[in-house]
Amino acid sequence: MLAGPEIFVFSMACAILVIDLFLPARWRALCYWLAQLTLIGAALLTFKTMTGASVLTFNHMFVADNLSVLLKLAGYVLTVFVFVYSRDYLQERGIFRSEYFVLGLLGLVGTMVMASASHFLTLYLGLELMSLSLYAMIAFQRDSVVATEAAMKYFVLGAIASGMLLYGMSMLYGATGSLEIAAVARALTKISPNDVILIFGLVFVIAGTAFKLGAVPFHMWVPDVYHGAPTAVTLYVGSVPKLASFALIARLLVGGLEPLAGSWQTMLMILAVLSIAIGNIIAIAQDNIKRMLAYSSISHMGFFLLGILSASPNGYSASLFYILVYAVMSLGAFGMIILLSRSGFEAERLEDFKGLNQRSPWHAFLMLLLMLSMAGVPPTAGFYAKLLVIQSIMKVNLIPLAVAAVLLAVIGAYYYLRVIKLMYFDDATERSPIQARWDMRLLLSFNALLLVGILPWVGTLMEVCRRAIQNLA
Amino acid sequence: MLSEYALSLAVWLPIVGGVAVLATGDDRRANLARQLSLAFALLTFVVTLPLYTDFNAGTHAMQFVEDHAWIDAFKIRYRLGVDGISLLLVLLTSFSTVIVIISAWQVIEKKVAQYFAAFLIMEGLMIGVFSALDGVLFYVLWEAMLVPMFLIIGLWGGPNRVYATIKFFLYTFLGSVMMLVAIIYLYNRSGSFDILAWHDLKLGLSAQTLLFLAFFAAFAVKVPMWPVHTWLPDAHVEAPTGGSVILAAIMLKMGAYGFLRFSLPILPDASHHLAWFMIALSLIAVVYIGFVALVQEDMKKLIAYSSIAHMGFVTLGFFIFNAQGIEGGIAQMLSHGFISGAMFLCVGVLYDRLHSRMIKDYGGVANRMPVFASFMMLFAMANAGLPGTSGFVGEFLVILGAFQVNIWYAVAAATTLVFGAAYTLWMIKRVLFGEVANSHVAELKDSTPRENLFLVLLAAMVLLMGLWPYPFLDVMHASVAHLVQQIAVSKL
Repeated sequence: MLAGPEIFVFSMACAILVIDLFLPARWRALCYWLAQLTLIGAALLTFKTMTGASVLTFNHMFVADNLSVLLKLAGYVLTVFVFVYSRDYLQERGIFRSEYFVLGLLGLVGTMVMASASHFLTLYLGLELMSLSLYAMIAFQRDSVVATEAAMKYFVLGAIASGMLLYGMSMLYGATGSLEIAAVARALTKISPNDVILIFGLVFVIAGTAFKLGAVPFHMWVPDVYHGAPTAVTLYVGSVPKLASFALIARLLVGGLEPLAGSWQTMLMILAVLSIAIGNIIAIAQDNIKRMLAYSSISHMGFFLLGILSASPNGYSASLFYILVYAVMSLGAFGMIILLSRSGFEAERLEDFKGLNQRSPWHAFLMLLLMLSMAGVPPTAGFYAKLLVIQSIMKVNLIPLAVAAVLLAVIGAYYYLRVIKLMYFDDATERSPIQARWDMRLLLSFNALLLVGILPWVGTLMEVCRRAIQNLA
Repeated sequence: MLSEYALSLAVWLPIVGGVAVLATGDDRRANLARQLSLAFALLTFVVTLPLYTDFNAGTHAMQFVEDHAWIDAFKIRYRLGVDGISLLLVLLTSFSTVIVIISAWQVIEKKVAQYFAAFLIMEGLMIGVFSALDGVLFYVLWEAMLVPMFLIIGLWGGPNRVYATIKFFLYTFLGSVMMLVAIIYLYNRSGSFDILAWHDLKLGLSAQTLLFLAFFAAFAVKVPMWPVHTWLPDAHVEAPTGGSVILAAIMLKMGAYGFLRFSLPILPDASHHLAWFMIALSLIAVVYIGFVALVQEDMKKLIAYSSIAHMGFVTLGFFIFNAQGIEGGIAQMLSHGFISGAMFLCVGVLYDRLHSRMIKDYGGVANRMPVFASFMMLFAMANAGLPGTSGFVGEFLVILGAFQVNIWYAVAAATTLVFGAAYTLWMIKRVLFGEVANSHVAELKDSTPRENLFLVLLAAMVLLMGLWPYPFLDVMHASVAHLVQQIAVSKL
């Protein structure tokens, strides 16, 4: 029953699809509730698979360990939030269809499969399942030109990335003679790390991963997708697949290719510095907040890579912590955009945040927390995330890299401050009160307050992350 | 029981108070917000008093120590304590907040609850900075404090407030992140975030030098030292009066305090090696900024530059490494806290009436506001370092200490007595004395009882410290002596 959660979510997604066929339009909320129930059920099943050890199944293609449990649980929580936030948004735009929830669940299954992958094929399978769901979700609003364009771009670039990844994997297979991650790792200890085929394969694998991650110079799709997709979908794209990115890197680079760390460390270093620099600098020039957050996500991926490239357990757990905190922040920020949007109006320009403090001091405060956390200002959780990754690279004596990263973070602080400036210092052009369902308000407040870093959960999460990567390599 | 948690109470009471004040809602209940915040500020002040009365001046050890687990995974602890160096700064903070709240009573009319709450929350954070004994706790509070100040300047400031506040935030943030790198380095070397453990950590000279520069980036910006002072005049000019007071009275002190808590005891060898550099920058601040202050036409800008010059005195006192110098520096910090606060409040009193800070818009104010003029005159004299006022104590001790090291340091520093008197008194002459300059000045009404209240409180402190400095200096002897000893021992 180790794969129970995956099987359950997948069957439920199919069931919802079928049930929807027989439902009259006014009963459609039932699909929403079924999707939420699925997530709760999956969480219960996942708790059952929690053993604390690393258990292999399906001919060593599937693994259940602490990391997979943590990533799956985080995935359920994020998806619950995504569904709650997007409910009204979808209804107001007439796209409240069961497909959104089904695709969301299938994307989640992809993420879950990746989290549990112990074989290149499983990993690739999960990745493709997730990516295909995302392509469809982005194009979900059929009559929106920008959305279809974004989906097209993402599909073409994503297909190239998948191709590269697959090509790289085949090279690695050629060099090591196995597709099973643990066997690859074992084989690598016997091969010279400078083997040409190996390095060749590694480059392709890293390029494919960087595409999926949205790290510079493979980031071109990120702003278009974040901007073009309906905000409810951006919300999803900005949170759940980030867990998949971590799973991909943790299983592939850490679990399988750690003996080659000397080689991928340098590659990741270039990706990380470029991502932080270019993400932060170009974000300053944006006046669309979804685009701004897209560039911000590029820079966050750079920070995330810092922890990985330290090639130490300390760094991996720091990166895991970073990605979880980032997913929460991204969720909150896009949730806030959805909150301010109404039917026929997308609050996606920066000016739409003008004078939010006059309209609703509480929501302005929540956005303040989110922005400070993204900027990494204490006492928010975003600060601890940056603290941990920087600690991990300094531990392996990459001090100039740490200095560069923090200096670039200061540049990044500027555009987050600009949002705060608009909310607090400018006069409101729009004075209508903010309307939203109570459950969305409640969850959004909870979401943002989670980021107050003096709360004890920060320390607990660090400990959980440390345990999660314990039996990884 | 109470003294066991005295510091936590002093940190959290105002923060809880701030949240409570925020909960009063919009301006319809402004009076409730005002009363509530005054109550919390007074209560916090009362809570901090036992820190002084129960303080054991005979030891340099940390007192009122609290130590609790916080983030176990990284051995980050919630650890608070005060010694003779930080004790008075904690009291200065709680005292200044009361003054600020009284001073803003009627002046602030929009978003009253948010204004008072910001000051209360900031008070808690600042007390936390002065009493934190854990590197991460210190950094968290140090940075968190930027946020309320950012909002205070941006929301209630002058016409160019947005530029000033973003400059303020980014400038200080840039300095602080270097400190973060230094703190993490020390953690990786020592395995804990305990600041006192770092005091005993052995470090090589090159590591010490780099760490010194990293801490310098954070502290020098905050002090501010020449040439990284340029954010201060902008921030001061645009900030509302209360913001200027806290900025000058407390926030600048945090930078100087950082040198005493981190740079000197953790990095004694680098401090000695770079002392010439620090002294040079301090003397440039004292002399050059003194000249700059002389030509200012905006009263707030003038006082801002005078702050930089006075803080130059403080850093000079620290980097001559003798007890007089360091005690003088700390005394100067306290005295400057009272005096600069008072000067900014005086400008605020005038600004509330005429809505101008330009010296040329005033003249002959003493004819119409005799009571206020005598207060302002007193504070101006104290700013110029007149014996009998608190301004004299610190400057005298620092010059005395400098004499023992190098007579030219003392001579250069002593010129401030001339420049300080020149720019302060010349401003006073143009603003207070002479004939009534224009019809607006002619209509001025003298200070109200509320204004007199906070001016009297500050005047009392200025005179008390000037005439009887013993209670201020006595508590710091043991800690300063220990610090001097720490600097004298090489870690190489």
